[in-house]
Amino acid sequence: MENKLHISVSPHLHRKRTTTGIMLEVIIALLPTTIAGVVIFGLRALAVIGVCVASAVISELLFNLILKRKQTIKDLSCVVTGLLLALNLPANAPLWQCAVGSVFAIIVVKCIFGGIGKNIVNPAITARVFMLVAFGSLAKTAFPVGMDATAGATPLVSETTPDIMDLLLGKTGGCIGETCAIALLVGGVYLLIRKVISWHIPVAFIGTVFIFSFFVKDFSVSEALVQVLSGGLLIGAIFMATDYTTSPSTALGKVVFGVGAGLITALIRFWGIYPEGVSFGILLMNILNPYICSLTARKLFGGGKK
Amino acid sequence: MEEFDPKITIKKKFSITRKVGFNKMAFSLKGIKVPHRKNTAGSEVKRMVIDNTITLPMIMHIGAPAVPVVKAGDHVDVGTLVAKAGDGLSSPIYSGVSGSVVGISDVVISNGRKVPAIKIDSDGEMTVDANIVPPVINDRQSLVGAIKDSGVVGLGGAGFPTYVKFNTDKEIDYLIVNCAECEPYITSDTYTMLERADEIAYAIDILLKHVNIKNVIIGIEKNKGKAIDKMKEIASKNSKISVKVLPSVYPTGGEKVLVYRTTGRVIKEGKLPADVGCIVCNCTTLATLGKYFKTGMPLVEKCVTVDGSAIENPQNVIVPIGIAIKDVFEFTGGFKSEPAKVLYGGPMMGISVPSLDEPVLKQTNALLAFNEKDAKQGEETACIQCGTCIKNCPFGINVTEIARAVSKGEYDRLEKLGVGICMECGCCAYNCPANRPLVQMHKLAKISLREWKEKEAKA
Repeated sequence: MENKLHISVSPHLHRKRTTTGIMLEVIIALLPTTIAGVVIFGLRALAVIGVCVASAVISELLFNLILKRKQTIKDLSCVVTGLLLALNLPANAPLWQCAVGSVFAIIVVKCIFGGIGKNIVNPAITARVFMLVAFGSLAKTAFPVGMDATAGATPLVSETTPDIMDLLLGKTGGCIGETCAIALLVGGVYLLIRKVISWHIPVAFIGTVFIFSFFVKDFSVSEALVQVLSGGLLIGAIFMATDYTTSPSTALGKVVFGVGAGLITALIRFWGIYPEGVSFGILLMNILNPYICSLTARKLFGGGKK
Repeated sequence: MEEFDPKITIKKKFSITRKVGFNKMAFSLKGIKVPHRKNTAGSEVKRMVIDNTITLPMIMHIGAPAVPVVKAGDHVDVGTLVAKAGDGLSSPIYSGVSGSVVGISDVVISNGRKVPAIKIDSDGEMTVDANIVPPVINDRQSLVGAIKDSGVVGLGGAGFPTYVKFNTDKEIDYLIVNCAECEPYITSDTYTMLERADEIAYAIDILLKHVNIKNVIIGIEKNKGKAIDKMKEIASKNSKISVKVLPSVYPTGGEKVLVYRTTGRVIKEGKLPADVGCIVCNCTTLATLGKYFKTGMPLVEKCVTVDGSAIENPQNVIVPIGIAIKDVFEFTGGFKSEPAKVLYGGPMMGISVPSLDEPVLKQTNALLAFNEKDAKQGEETACIQCGTCIKNCPFGINVTEIARAVSKGEYDRLEKLGVGICMECGCCAYNCPANRPLVQMHKLAKISLREWKEKEAKA
């Protein structure tokens, strides 16, 4: 019996939260958005989601198998990446392009850098930007089932001010997961309650865009609200900018990150050649992340000068 | 709630940055919520009478080994000196049973070191040594001598010889009595506070008389209802003594954390509480001293909490130091399931023991036994940079960077990152979703940093 005792370094007690658990929480938080996307854009959206998730999981599985690495698909992070990418694509995106984007996200952005936790930029965001650049056809944004495709791509480029109620419910053009603001906010609140994310990045990000738009759009609150509710801002600020690996871990760092991403987003939206700047905002801040981290490191208790 | 120093209070109160958690600007000391599981608080305490053999390793403290003064065949009683203090930092050892010395042989202690140990066969009588008399204390010098002779070391778990703390010429602003007991399960200090309050008070009186101490603060976590009342009773009798009720978060009982929470003073890296005018003593340490000052009975027994998922009847029990832990478990009613992990101390910082033959040591305050399910550690996965470890570190250590610096061999960076501040409380590893052995990594970092420094000094 003596030899059967486990020996380990303290602590001998652990909180019951694992990486898989965190990813599962994110998937649960994305469910309202996913369901809303399918309801708004029809079964074609489901096909995009299915292709993205499946190709993400399969590519990580094969990568690990071929390189004889420890299998990591059960941490579910590839499902989150696939799902987020799908929600950032229009429902009419060609399925082969969806698959290419997913494989790019997993293999090029994540696995080659060493897998989960080692990537320097967010896989879903980077894949989306890659697809935007590689497949110009994506600029033609899908529209809700039974809706007239009269105006431009997203509400961001339309001439008339969209109705805020339509934006909340998602009855506008755009990507699968970015139109229904209510579903996104429900998911965000869930993540906050479950303490998966903190409020700093979403609030700083969205707040910056709001304030910036408020000034640019001649102090109109409703115009600024439209800027907040349309395009990929909510899904980006709540689900993509808060990615642990590519965002700072201190409160101050998170606020700096959020404000930076918000500024870039607003600048591109108002004066850039692309209608939407959320992806670029997050991507650029991802790259700056190591610097933000080292500049905003927590103060040591009794450390420093001796 | 946290500070005494009015300057700090004002700074903190009006600091907006603190309110939104910008730690870069104002330091905020963090703690984590761990399950309390104080099942044994206020339970009836049994005293164990034994006729088994006890084993007394010559190191049950920080410092040089004690030197045996008995040989095989000698008769000893409860309280008989069996090993005198070694040179330098050390502490004497007394027998906790009456009986005869079996012999002296080497044992391996938990840090892997081999030390001699005295084995004493108990006759089951527990006869008290007739020569025990209360010590004569006239001044600080004789007080320090008495504390050294009592064999008392930091009974909260650290095992630092207590006399050293009082052997100082410096003016002491605060004597802080550590009644936090922030580890889950453990309630042996609660027992001390409830049942031995008079001994704690007596020890404080003697210390105040002979050491230049301005104030005494009893720091106690707010989850200890009745014990708080007992401590307030002590404080009501002397205007120098005050009770500070602290939030019930882990690790309030850490020395640096307690000093900060009670006085607002910050102990710098590598410094001691004495450097900021404080002495920290665990309440059981003081109670044992009080008993010694009153009766002359040195440290020979401990109240230990026996608990954990594999234990049939969780309870507190008073046992002689040196008793094999399997005898203690047997006395308390044994196991309800096969023990898979057994700890000295609490689950956050306790040491897992390799065998049930190990003895109860001076600094043992709990014996916890866990079943297979609780003993099993989760699978270690890749770090996802979630920052939970950094967020939860009481001292703001950048845990992930330390792991990276160790793996890359960047020792100068390791020093800058402040690995030396780490008290190994385990808040980081407790919360890590990837189950990474972060405390182990820090221990390793400290050792490799020390080795690197030695190498640099030579070169």
